[in-house]
Amino acid sequence: MKAIVNVSLKAGVLDSQGKAVHHALDSLHFDGVKDVRVGKQIILQLDESDKEKAMQDVTKMCEELLANTVIEDYAIELV
Amino acid sequence: MKVTVLQFPGTNCEYDTKYAFEKLGAEVEILWHKSEEVPSDTDLLVVAGGFSYGDYLRSGAIAKFSPVMQAVIKYANNGGRVLGICNGFQVLTEARLLPGALKRNEHLHFISKHHHLRVVNNDNDFLKELNVGDVVNIPIAHHDGNYYIDEAGLEELEANGQILVRYCDAKGDELNPNGSVSSIAGVCNKEKNVFGLMPHPERAMDIILGSDDGVKMLEGFFKA
Repeated sequence: MKAIVNVSLKAGVLDSQGKAVHHALDSLHFDGVKDVRVGKQIILQLDESDKEKAMQDVTKMCEELLANTVIEDYAIELV
Repeated sequence: MKVTVLQFPGTNCEYDTKYAFEKLGAEVEILWHKSEEVPSDTDLLVVAGGFSYGDYLRSGAIAKFSPVMQAVIKYANNGGRVLGICNGFQVLTEARLLPGALKRNEHLHFISKHHHLRVVNNDNDFLKELNVGDVVNIPIAHHDGNYYIDEAGLEELEANGQILVRYCDAKGDELNPNGSVSSIAGVCNKEKNVFGLMPHPERAMDIILGSDDGVKMLEGFFKA
């Protein structure tokens, strides 16, 4: 099973990289972009075949290492 | 006075830190991160600056799982004095020994220059040789120095006197180089035995190198 973890800054925490990308898109005349957030994606190949167990494990990984929950949110997708 | 300086793969300020504390008269030992113990005669443990583990994932995120960090957490929880400089500050926030987190600088640039700092609280072991409002000139060199803490956390820092220094100009007026919340450059924990700051006092020990204001900061640890 594969787990795809998306980590991004929490809503309310200023995302400077997102702002810079937004500004660059504006200068390229891509109008109509309301907001840009830049995050990172971490892809894990897991031995686990039980979805519930995998979700528990990856949640623990996110809490302990993959995200800094003081400033970041994470979302896990199992495929 | 015995100072122990931590060294992770990618640490690069351990020898400057050793030089600085030796200049002030301390005995200094550099401790490799595989050690599972902090030397028992340590009076101050310093997590030195650099790029531990190449800043992979987040600055300080991997270092917090090094074998020595469990010993550091125990040492701090027993009241031992810990100072984190630059990457060391990032490691201490990742290890939750200090509140808040360090984000990418607001304008995304790596900043390397001298900057002024204003002393905000001095009722602690670190800054007791300085007065509140004193301005010191100390180098900064970081990419992820944008201190973040939520509003409730900031109120708590202010109420407990945990803000050590704020970025300012030569006159002491607030001047924020990196987007830090409330221009914070350094904080301590509630118990006031764990300290962290982004600027590098160990690089300001000789006037011929631009400033010796680091002496006034670091010598606080030497006075009982």
